[in-house]
Amino acid sequence: MSAEASAINMAVRASIWLKPHRIVLILIALALVLCAAFFMRWDWLPQYWEMGLMGIWRALWILAVTCALGFALAVPLGLAQAGGPIWFSAPAKVFCTVIRGTPLLLQLWLLYYGLGSIFPQYPWIRESWLWPYLRQAWPYAVVALTFSFAGYEGEVMRGAFAGVPRGQLEAARAFGMSRWKIFRRIWLPQAFYRALPTLTGETVLQLKSTPLVATISVIDIFAVSSKVRQDTYLTYEPLLLLALIYMTITGILVFVFSRIEARIPVKIG
Amino acid sequence: MELLSPVPPGWGYTLLVGLLHSLEIAIGATCLGLLIGVAGAFGKLYGGPVTRDLLAVYTTVVRAVPELVLILLLYYAGTDLINQVLAAMGYSRVDISGLAAGIFVLGFVQGAYSTEVIRGAILAIPQGQIEAARAYGMPPGLMLRRITLPAMLPFAIPGLANLWLIATKDTALLAVVGFFELTLATRQAAGVTKAYLIFYLAAGVLYLAVTLFSNLIIGRVEAWSRRGMPSVKEAR
Repeated sequence: MSAEASAINMAVRASIWLKPHRIVLILIALALVLCAAFFMRWDWLPQYWEMGLMGIWRALWILAVTCALGFALAVPLGLAQAGGPIWFSAPAKVFCTVIRGTPLLLQLWLLYYGLGSIFPQYPWIRESWLWPYLRQAWPYAVVALTFSFAGYEGEVMRGAFAGVPRGQLEAARAFGMSRWKIFRRIWLPQAFYRALPTLTGETVLQLKSTPLVATISVIDIFAVSSKVRQDTYLTYEPLLLLALIYMTITGILVFVFSRIEARIPVKIG
Repeated sequence: MELLSPVPPGWGYTLLVGLLHSLEIAIGATCLGLLIGVAGAFGKLYGGPVTRDLLAVYTTVVRAVPELVLILLLYYAGTDLINQVLAAMGYSRVDISGLAAGIFVLGFVQGAYSTEVIRGAILAIPQGQIEAARAYGMPPGLMLRRITLPAMLPFAIPGLANLWLIATKDTALLAVVGFFELTLATRQAAGVTKAYLIFYLAAGVLYLAVTLFSNLIIGRVEAWSRRGMPSVKEAR
């Protein structure tokens, strides 16, 4: 794009924001923010900001790990439902239905309190190398969130795998590709492109599920804000800041995914 | 297994009361969300520039912040606000019932999502139908009742059905603010009897039953709302 065209583009973009009613609304919003900054209490910030950064880091870490693991699990789940024999597709379907039919909070508490209370009864578990991990809360959080992501995304991947045109796979077979090569070169990439737009939404949903891990004593940013509320008896300030933090992370996620989406070929099929 | 029996030494009755509360909240929140959604969709499509911008802020913010944070914010802010208004008008403070607060909070969240669903559904109506209604001289209220709402229904039902399923599961989040619904009932029962696994599995089965039963009903409603239209499979 030439410099002139991009300048015109910038001007158009600016004029969208500079309509009279928008300027008034933006000024009102700024006034509200300034009121919040001056009339609410923020003196607790210096004491807690380090803990807050740790919390944000932990939430992002859980988000990244569970999305990656969950997607890795969703591919076989989708594949089994889209083209697998019945003894693969039926368990995969049951798994997706159960995960999507029960609240995540209940799954989390089932794993943490339910399984967590069963494990210590068996001496061979307590003596195994896994025990130091099983005594902490975060493995349960990671497993529950991974399963949740896999359940929802598995359903999406089923549709994506089924949506790849038959002709593509037949052509690959006619070229003499092996089944693994067809999967790796044709089926998976095309299904992934199809699933990518929904992946943005799923990742944002996953981000919005992460505060639940605070209920099983994982110290993420939500738990930090609860601690601030308990220590300082402030109700609104920590929650408002928390909402702002989540909105910022959501905005960054949506921006990054839109960049990735812009890079893939638009015409598929 | 006798832990789950409905007579007093068992906790089955407690769980069922919790399930009833969950369903009450979910139904109330979905209805409130639908009202907000219809109003919001019309505001976004036909409202003035200020209304549109404010609604855009509402749907964006609510969909970007975790439900748990919104529930805490609205739960405290909402009850506080009502009490302050009452105090300013010279009434004494009241205790807001958990049921009303829960319905309000979840309905507010659901409203943002259903605004988007209904807006999309209205846009999917063939433009000629609305123009024909205008040409007949229908006032907006009558047009809404006779044309827009029935014509958008087949497009909106899949999205709204999803929202209903999300609402039934979001009621579990109210356990965190201490409202007595199925998940909190389960936690109490499990905490007293120490039989964590049994109770959480039982609650999971109850939630799953609600979902599966809803799916059955939704299928019927969807078929009814699409009557006279070509089936999805044939259209492909």
